[in-house]
Amino acid sequence: MTNLAENLATIADATAETGPRQKRLALVASKGTLDAAYPPLILATTAASLGWEVGIYFTFYGLDILHQGRHRKLKMASLANPSGPIRLPNFIGAIPGATAAATKVMRRWMKRSRMPDVAEFIEMSRGLGVTFFACATTMGVMGVEEGDLIAGCDVAGAAKFLDFAGEADVQLFV
Amino acid sequence: MTQASEIGDIQVADTLDTSGLLCPLPVYQAALVLKKLEPGEVLELICTDPGSLEDIPALARQRGDALLAVEDGNGIQKFWIEKGGDA
Repeated sequence: MTNLAENLATIADATAETGPRQKRLALVASKGTLDAAYPPLILATTAASLGWEVGIYFTFYGLDILHQGRHRKLKMASLANPSGPIRLPNFIGAIPGATAAATKVMRRWMKRSRMPDVAEFIEMSRGLGVTFFACATTMGVMGVEEGDLIAGCDVAGAAKFLDFAGEADVQLFV
Repeated sequence: MTQASEIGDIQVADTLDTSGLLCPLPVYQAALVLKKLEPGEVLELICTDPGSLEDIPALARQRGDALLAVEDGNGIQKFWIEKGGDA
């Protein structure tokens, strides 16, 4: 009985020191189009604002969101996207210029709504301490060097990310 | 929750107007201001994003702040948030 009481007291002390455990959000960003870049960044910014610990695993085309030369040039395709900003018959989406036009409309929408752009969302998330995991395999496959990415990324394999995500309260794949 | 007639009695440490901004900006900006306040100080927050009516109470709940009062009318929502002890 004494042992049990001592153990409970130890647990109570530990809880008092650390408080309730911080909630954790683990996101996978797998797409590199302009429209697909926003949801993980918006969710990350929001969760971090709520006081959560947040990590995003940028993998495959999602890695472009962290790429210094590419993240300001993400595009929005109208091809095979019936909900896109310009509603065109699918075959017109394949015509040169259709993607540029859809991208322009999307950027205009976001600006008109006073929404930050992708680069600004990255800065906001980083300011709140969001961890950016850059998929090591994607970097190898696509020939991306650490120096090509924005500063402060954490180059990680799947196991390292899952180690983080396994302790998360919410895990989402975008 | 405080009745509207008592809102005038609330001591406000800071006011933030997020009119015209959409999610996640009201939550993001409110969190930045709340971080700078001392526990027990109150932020008066003005929003026009209809989602804020649910988002701001969620922000307070998740951060451990107290939502003292809410006013909603003419497309404008006002919130009075008291910063919690260890947030």
